[in-house]
Amino acid sequence: MSDIRYTNDHEWARPEGLLVTVGITDYAQDQLGELVYIELPAVGTAVNQGDEAAVIESVKAAGDVKSPVTGTIVEVNDSLNDSPESVNDDPTGVGWFYKIEIADTSEFDNLLSESAYNGLISELS
Amino acid sequence: MDKAGLVSNKTPLYALHCELDAKIVEFANHQMPLNYPSGIIAEHRHVRESAGLFDVSHMGQIKVTGDSATELLESLLPTDLSELNIGRQRYTFLTLDTGGILDDLMISKFGDDYLLVVNASNKHQDFDHIACRLPADCTAELLDNRSLLALQGPLAREVMSRLCPNLATMRFMDTMNVEVEGINCQVFCSGYTGEDGFEFATNSDDALNLAQLLLDQTEVLPAGLGARDSLRLEAGLCLHGNDIHPDITPVAAGLSWAIPASRRKGGSKSGGFPGSEHILLELENGSTLTRVGIQPEGRAPVRAHSEIVAPTGESIGEVSSGSYGPTVGRPIAMGYVKSTYSHLGTELQAIVRDKPLSVKICHLPFVEHNYKRL
Repeated sequence: MSDIRYTNDHEWARPEGLLVTVGITDYAQDQLGELVYIELPAVGTAVNQGDEAAVIESVKAAGDVKSPVTGTIVEVNDSLNDSPESVNDDPTGVGWFYKIEIADTSEFDNLLSESAYNGLISELS
Repeated sequence: MDKAGLVSNKTPLYALHCELDAKIVEFANHQMPLNYPSGIIAEHRHVRESAGLFDVSHMGQIKVTGDSATELLESLLPTDLSELNIGRQRYTFLTLDTGGILDDLMISKFGDDYLLVVNASNKHQDFDHIACRLPADCTAELLDNRSLLALQGPLAREVMSRLCPNLATMRFMDTMNVEVEGINCQVFCSGYTGEDGFEFATNSDDALNLAQLLLDQTEVLPAGLGARDSLRLEAGLCLHGNDIHPDITPVAAGLSWAIPASRRKGGSKSGGFPGSEHILLELENGSTLTRVGIQPEGRAPVRAHSEIVAPTGESIGEVSSGSYGPTVGRPIAMGYVKSTYSHLGTELQAIVRDKPLSVKICHLPFVEHNYKRL
């Protein structure tokens, strides 16, 4: 997926037209450790870029998922309610969080490219 | 080494933790393993089902010796050391004039010496607290060349029966001086997980050899501080700094059982420890606050410092520890509520991210203890 983009807060966003799938990165899941609870937004919720859109909890800590883009939530990954650990197993695949209809495609251009994000995490680790 | 907390210390097992690819975190001024690659949940389950090895060398070991050491320690601890035989250890706490808990600890007797094992974060403070009250005929030493390893789990006994048959007959809270494959150890049949197991105090030079010997056993996997915390929470055991602290009394904490009759009102050595007036009064009349088990009804963990609210909307307490319990498979917590709300089954709310979540007062521990008692 060459068009996948990232935030400085370790979310990823993958567009298919105006629909963007959002999740957290492998680095983020590794830092948090095994997830035990995920609170997803309600379908129909309008969120702004940078808003807290979901809550994630591991054994040790709670964190949030900030929306990489502005828009309206159109679908959430309900399977995470029963198996939050799938975010650890496959953070960019089965472990996606929600799909959002993007309001302003130019926001997407401000996110990090894969190589920029890889540069960021190599500095962190 | 640095009392001001400016230097981060490493235990003798630091290189081993790195070699095992542990995630290292700073805890109580030490570089400690939070978890190994298998993760907190897998390590937690392995301890409940088999045996896990913890490096707890960051904890403090304080040796107190001298003709009046018993009197000195009984003036600081609400315990009765005449009942503490060589070969046994006991749980007690340093109290403050306010009745609060300065630290909780394990005390044992080896020959003429008392050994206190205290919390890592408090060891310098505890040592100063004792040292500044030392009579001329006593000495106190914060041992800086000793390490502490904990082997915990239902198969720990099987492992040790193979390596050191002398340990096979030990019962909960027994202590023993032994050689394990040539390594001199003070062994304690106790721990902080609710499981059967042993703790080994050794010279720091021997700690790595002992750890490697134990990790070579098929039943044993390394476990980090993350699993140690989730195990002790399931076992309903207090963490100083969270569940007990200088503003909490032993009675509120539900630790009255650790205060023997002889130190209570009418006992042969009644009172005479810091805060004893307040604590003895609370033993008679009860405390305003009570530590309780808290069962969140949903799946969201309820963390330390979450406010607890009565159905009337009144704020009646706070969560002191909360996480996910890997063995029970759901979120668990404990905390303090006004004693009138402490009955089992009382329905309350915890405020999490500004939203009220339903919780119930529940029995502690969440996982029954598996100690091999006398």
